[in-house]
Amino acid sequence: MPLTSVPHLGDLAHDESRPYLWTMNFGPQHPATHTTLRLVLKLDGERVVDAMPDIGFLHSGFEKLGEHLDYNQYVTVTDRMNYVSPMANNVGWHLAVEKLLGIETPPRCQSIRVIVAELARISDHLLCLGAMGLDTGALTHFIYAFNPREQISDIFEALCGARFTNSYTRVGGLMRDASPKAIEMIRDFLKQLPKTLSDLERLMNRNRIFVDRMKGVGVLSKAEAINRGCSGPIARASGVARDLRKDEPYLNYRDFDFNVCCAEGGDCYARYLVRLAEIRESLKIIHQAVENLPAGPVHVAGTGRGQSHFRGVDDDRQNNAVGAAKIGTVPRVILPDKEAVASTIEGLISHFELVMTNRGFQTPCEEIYCATEAPNGELGFYIVGDGTSRAYRARCRGPSFVHFALFPHLIRGHTIGDVVAVLGSLNIIAAELDR
Amino acid sequence: MMDSRIIQQLQTAFPDLTASEFRGQTRVVAPVESVHEVLEALKEKFAFDLLVDITCVDYLYYPDAEDRFGLVYLLANAETGRRITVRCFVNDTDPTVPSVVGLWTGANWLEREVWDMFGVCFDGHPDLRRILLPEEFTAHPLRKDYPLQGRGERHNFPVITRAEG
Repeated sequence: MPLTSVPHLGDLAHDESRPYLWTMNFGPQHPATHTTLRLVLKLDGERVVDAMPDIGFLHSGFEKLGEHLDYNQYVTVTDRMNYVSPMANNVGWHLAVEKLLGIETPPRCQSIRVIVAELARISDHLLCLGAMGLDTGALTHFIYAFNPREQISDIFEALCGARFTNSYTRVGGLMRDASPKAIEMIRDFLKQLPKTLSDLERLMNRNRIFVDRMKGVGVLSKAEAINRGCSGPIARASGVARDLRKDEPYLNYRDFDFNVCCAEGGDCYARYLVRLAEIRESLKIIHQAVENLPAGPVHVAGTGRGQSHFRGVDDDRQNNAVGAAKIGTVPRVILPDKEAVASTIEGLISHFELVMTNRGFQTPCEEIYCATEAPNGELGFYIVGDGTSRAYRARCRGPSFVHFALFPHLIRGHTIGDVVAVLGSLNIIAAELDR
Repeated sequence: MMDSRIIQQLQTAFPDLTASEFRGQTRVVAPVESVHEVLEALKEKFAFDLLVDITCVDYLYYPDAEDRFGLVYLLANAETGRRITVRCFVNDTDPTVPSVVGLWTGANWLEREVWDMFGVCFDGHPDLRRILLPEEFTAHPLRKDYPLQGRGERHNFPVITRAEG
């Protein structure tokens, strides 16, 4: 495409003083972008002088949809944000909703959410590591990393019936409890993954070609990482010791023993190492969570009588209600079992009390921001409640959006072959980027 | 509490600042004239060095809302993780707030997204273009008066045929 016909690319198209520079399109459809995004590169021979990201190809109005779907329905949309680790998005969304409603889920639900979020982290990191290998020419590495991802999909299938778009969480609980079979599968997975990890390490960590392609490429200093709002493994690879699981522990992360993995280099190789180390930490967390999985309900307790029962509860008490501790004053927020809906009148009533457009749960007219440590970085939801069971505004702060803005800064001065290395190390998921 | 000390110091410097708290989240509302100075003070003096997000809410149909657009700046401290939310409200037919790209480079794309989705202009932004939607798009779709299914953009989308291309 001639760049003169793309006026909004601005000064990148013309440079009178350096007519020998040429421009090249990278994407929107290119195997190494992995998703649909476009880069316009300005090249001096093989060296990248400047890059201009052009995004929005996958924009599908998720935030607008969030204003028209209720708090339970929207979880299906969050699956499609970072589709590499949908569980982490599910957990992030419903934590935000629960923070707005002021409810706290029971310990068993929290532990299961931790397990699935960490499994999602492993699955996301494995894909990122595999793709980093693939982009730099190591196909074996990619296949090695993909096998355990298949196992994780099997575990998710056993948990909720879906392999990919899980939608496992609900307001105040989960779609259903984890079955003993699923727990057994997780135990098996915990036994097998360390072997794969050491295979990956031995294959790549000291691989001359890989290290040469990664080391010193796309260096991000600590000051720049903070200045540009980085989070997650990318910030930690630059030495910013920030992990929301430690800094503002949500769920029951407080109970687990794990380390925050940091590196100093800030280059692609550091980002690779941080992700690899985080997989081992996630394994530790899952191991502790599975072995100490609390018994009890996975749903918050409620009056079971639907919303109409507590419309009279004064605002203050409702705002301060904390989960199961105050049965009787707590609104019923959890959808009843499908079996109860189909076979009992009480179940049917409480189902309709929640899903009918003129009922549903009452939210405070307030605004909250709730962030979780998603595999890619800080995944935050800014929700504005307006009293109904639909969000007035459901902003999603996706880490990919913030991280992709870094790209021109990281690639300047490197060669065109490094574009895929930097892109892979940032782990840009275009569906989360464009939302 | 630490937060109340920050609020006190901020209010001494900026008397027309109001503060509130909800579920442990501290929020300050600054008038649009002084929002840039407030953010600068928070960054330089109170060490909120990380700009987490900039977003906007259109309060057109919100119960008891007085102003149309509410800007949201989410700040955090990279070391301690402490957070603060700064709000400011704008109203006009042509809402404008000062850009903070000079304070945080990361604000660039965030402000472009708010411009794209809400049509709030950022004064002093180096490159205020649409970011997610095509340049030819005329509306700002996250405004509340924009319908969910659009205004026919999907049906009237220019299709380039192979012969033309």
